[in-house]
Amino acid sequence: MKGRPALRDATIAAIALIVVLAIPLFHRSPAFEDFVIRLSAMALFATSLNLLVGNAGMVSFGHGMFYGLGAYAFALTMQMTNLSLPVAAVLAVLITTFAALCVGAICVRLTTDYFAFITLAVQMLFYSIIISWQSLTGGDQGLRGGIPRREIFGFELASQLHLYQFCAIVAVLGLLALRHISASPFGHTLRMIRDNESRTSFLGVVLWRARLAAFTIAGAFAGLGGVLAALFVSGAYPELADWPNSGQAIFAVMLGGINSFLGPVLGAAILLALNDVVTRFTEYYGLVLGSVILAFALGLRHGVLDFLRLAWPQGRRPKVGPEAGDEA
Amino acid sequence: MDLDALGACLTTSACVVTQATSGLIVGMLLFLVAAGVTLIFGVLKIVNFAHGTFYMLGGYVAYSALAATDSYTLAVLAGALSMALFGVLFERALISRVYGSNVLMQLLICYAVVLIFDDLVKIVWGPEFHAMGMPLAFQVPPLFIAGGVVPPFYAVLIGIAALIAIVLGLGLSMTRLGKTVRAAAINPQMVSALGVNTTLLFAIVFAVGGGLAGLAGALAAPVRSLSPGMGFSILIESFIVTVIGGMGSIAGALVSALLIGMVRGFGTIAFPKFTDGLIYIVMIAVLLVRPQGLFGRRS
Repeated sequence: MKGRPALRDATIAAIALIVVLAIPLFHRSPAFEDFVIRLSAMALFATSLNLLVGNAGMVSFGHGMFYGLGAYAFALTMQMTNLSLPVAAVLAVLITTFAALCVGAICVRLTTDYFAFITLAVQMLFYSIIISWQSLTGGDQGLRGGIPRREIFGFELASQLHLYQFCAIVAVLGLLALRHISASPFGHTLRMIRDNESRTSFLGVVLWRARLAAFTIAGAFAGLGGVLAALFVSGAYPELADWPNSGQAIFAVMLGGINSFLGPVLGAAILLALNDVVTRFTEYYGLVLGSVILAFALGLRHGVLDFLRLAWPQGRRPKVGPEAGDEA
Repeated sequence: MDLDALGACLTTSACVVTQATSGLIVGMLLFLVAAGVTLIFGVLKIVNFAHGTFYMLGGYVAYSALAATDSYTLAVLAGALSMALFGVLFERALISRVYGSNVLMQLLICYAVVLIFDDLVKIVWGPEFHAMGMPLAFQVPPLFIAGGVVPPFYAVLIGIAALIAIVLGLGLSMTRLGKTVRAAAINPQMVSALGVNTTLLFAIVFAVGGGLAGLAGALAAPVRSLSPGMGFSILIESFIVTVIGGMGSIAGALVSALLIGMVRGFGTIAFPKFTDGLIYIVMIAVLLVRPQGLFGRRS
C-alpha cells in the first residue's frame, strides 16, 4: 500500500470509524459518547483551521465565524422549514461556503499580521450582528427552542447513541476529505506558497486564487463542524462565533502540531479532556489551562505530534515544512 | 437604528457636550492602554495580547491601595508603578524567551498569562464586581459647560491623559532615550552594535507600556467597576485602536483612540445595540483602504 496514500488513508479512516462505532456495543458510557460528539465538531473545526495555518501559512483569527455561522444556519433552517436534516445540513454548509468565499475575497488581499487582524474584525462584526439581530438569532441568549431532530436513514438523532454514530461518521468522512485536499496537488501548492510565495508566483500560481480557495474550503468544513455543534447543544449560541472560540481552535492546532495532519484532532481531544477533568476538581480552569499552555509553549515548543516526529524521525522521511517553534 | 435621536442630540449643545465628554473618557483611557501596545509592537514587534491584564491588575492594585492608604493619588501611583514592574518581569521571564519565534507562540504565552491572572484575581479579590467609588476630593457638584454636565473627575482624567500623550510624544522625539527607542524600532541590531544595551531598552519599553496600562486601570477604577474579565474587552478595543492608528505609531494611537471614543459616545445614541459593530466596520474599512493604518509606515 506504500505507493497508494489515498487507499492507506481510507483504510485508516475505516478502521478508526469501526473502532469508534464498536465501542458502544461493548460498553455504554454517556460521558464518553458526549466527549466523542463534541470532539467530532471540534476536530473538524480545528483541522479546517490548520488547512489555513499549517498548510497555507495564513493565520486566521476569525475562523470561529464560520463555525458559528454553520451552527446558526443549520439550526435556523431546521426550525423554520420542514427540510430533512441532511438537506438542512448541506444547505448550512453551502451558506457557510458562500460566506467564506465573500469574506475571503476581502481578506486574502492582506497577508501575515494584517490578514489575522481583518479576519478577527470580520468575525467580531458577525458576532455583533448575532447579538444585535435579536428577532432572528435570539441575541445574547442564543437560539433556543431546540432543533427538531427528525429521523434520517434510520438514525433517530434524539437518541444519544444514534447522534454519536452520526457525528462520528460525519467527522471521519470530513477529515478524510480534508486529508485528500491537503495531500492533493492543491495542498502542495498551498505549502509552496507558505514557504516561498515569490517563487510560487513565478511558477504561474495565482496566489490570491489559491488562498481564496483554501479560505473557502476551510470555512466550509468549519461550517460542517458547526452543524455538529448545533446538533449537540440543540441550538446555537453567540459564543460559538466569539473570538475565544477561535483562540481555542488555534490552541488546539498548536497543541497537537501544525505540521501533522492529525495534530489538530489530538489537540482538540487534549483540550476537551483537560476541560472535562479540570472542571470536575476546581473552578479555576483558566489557571490550570494557562499553566499548561505556558509549560507547552516554553517547554515543548512544538505540537505534540510534531514533537514526536522530531524526536523519533521515521526512516528518511523528509521534514514537512518549517518547524512550528523556529519559524521567523 | 435611531438616526432621529442622533439628529436631535446634535442640535442641543448640552447633549453634544455630555456625549463628547463620555467619548473623550473612553478615548483617553483607550489611548493610555493602546499607547503601550503600539510602543511594544513598534520596538519589539511583539503583539502583546496580555496588555489588558496589566490594565485589570492596575485597577485592582489601586483598589487595594486606596483601601489601605485612603489616598487616591497614592493608589494611582501604586497601580502604575506596580504594573511597570510587572511589565518588566513579564518581559524578562516569558516574552524574552520567544523573541523571533513564531507569532502564534507569542500569542499563546500572552493568552496563558491572561487566563492565569483572571483566575488569580478571582482568588485574591473574589469573582464579584467591585466598585471603587469616587475619591473624596472629587465628590463635588459637577461643572456645567454649555448646558452639558461634566463631573470634575472626568475633566481631571482627560487632563492627565492629555498630559501623558504630550509627555510621551515629546519624550520620544526630543530625549536621548526616546530617540534610541525609535532607532531600535527601525534597526535593533544596529542600535545594539553601537553599544546600546538593548536588553535594558526592551525592559524599559515594557515598563513604560505596563505602567501606562496600570495607570489607565487605576484612573478608570472610579468610573468603571472592577471585574476579573475587564481586561478582555479593553484589550480588543486597544488592539483595534492600534490597528486603525497604525502599529507602532503613538500619534496614530491618539487619533484613533479619540475616533473610537467618539464613535462610542455618539454611536450609542444612533445604534444602541450595534456600537461594537460600527467600530469593527471602521476597522475593516481602514484595513482595506490603508492596511498599515492611518499613521503607519508600510513595512
